[in-house]
Amino acid sequence: MNTLALTAGVTGTPEAVLFWILAPLSVLAAFGMVLAKKAVHSALFLAYIMISLAIFYMAQDAPFLGIVQIVVYTGAVMMLFLFILMLVGVDSSDSLVETIRGQRLAAILIGLGLGVLLVGGLGHALSGSVQSPAVGLDTANIDGNVQGLAALLFSRYVWAFEVVSALLVTAALGAMVLGHRERTTPRRTQRQLSQDRFQEGSQLPGSTLPNPGVFSRHNAVDVPALLPDGTPAPSSVSRVIKARGGVLPPDSFELKPESEESDESR
Amino acid sequence: MNPANYLFVSALLFTIGAIGVLTRRNSIVIFMCIELMLNAANLSFVTFARIQGNLDGQVIAFFTMVVAACEVVVGLAIIVSIYRSRRSASVDDVNLLKF
Repeated sequence: MNTLALTAGVTGTPEAVLFWILAPLSVLAAFGMVLAKKAVHSALFLAYIMISLAIFYMAQDAPFLGIVQIVVYTGAVMMLFLFILMLVGVDSSDSLVETIRGQRLAAILIGLGLGVLLVGGLGHALSGSVQSPAVGLDTANIDGNVQGLAALLFSRYVWAFEVVSALLVTAALGAMVLGHRERTTPRRTQRQLSQDRFQEGSQLPGSTLPNPGVFSRHNAVDVPALLPDGTPAPSSVSRVIKARGGVLPPDSFELKPESEESDESR
Repeated sequence: MNPANYLFVSALLFTIGAIGVLTRRNSIVIFMCIELMLNAANLSFVTFARIQGNLDGQVIAFFTMVVAACEVVVGLAIIVSIYRSRRSASVDDVNLLKF
């Protein structure tokens, strides 16, 4: 009985194996997130860290929080991040120019100082002479983890719970207000749009952009479309592909009468 | 293994997130680093709940998750509205108040 009480909070071997595999990997992924050049790679590293944290929660007798972590973070928050990343532009790369001299070095030094402080403080607190063993959640979870959490949430923390619901509503309203765009020009009717579309020499704003590869000699997304008069349309190639490079200059795709004839004769 | 090892992982993740916030220039990546710091704090809460033997820490971690979700929604909306007017996601380009 006594030994059981002492070992309740101590982790078993399977959990130790799980920890020593997942913890270094998640720290490595955190380094990868900070060092990755592209924002999409950072987002993927962050998703990995969140999933491993969810596994940590489940291993620590918090299955409800583990599931919530996967549903809310890797499901909702990370998808929101990726969505905004696509909206704002994957090609917007990080500028490597320091706007404040020596800021990067100072930031790394300050960060290292914070890390030393945190780890040192923890180590000092844990190396005390009287160290009571961890209690473990076996008694707290005796009716089940979800039931225990619900009993706390709807009794002692019910006020905080209600305030948090008000916060959620406020955040949703705030996002809507921030995302709203005031209309400064009158709305174009269908008649005006069709008139624009058929006006001489007009590309925009009535008509849609031509698709890449249409009416051209190559069937690829990096080849600009040819307009009805034979000139290439640079706006038909996605700007992401342009930013990556490798797009031939649009002039090389222009249909020239003499080259066409030579192609025909061959 | 002592459950306190989770606390060391949490401290490391928090530190790396702080370094990321201070060094990166892309506002979305800075936001991801803030999320990493919040997650590290959550891991500490869950570990403390286990060490102390009651569920209060898990309730606090739950509240942190809700607040973090609100923060992500509003923050990303701000980033998008800044991108709309400045055509940039870099924090260096938001300098209208610079003296």
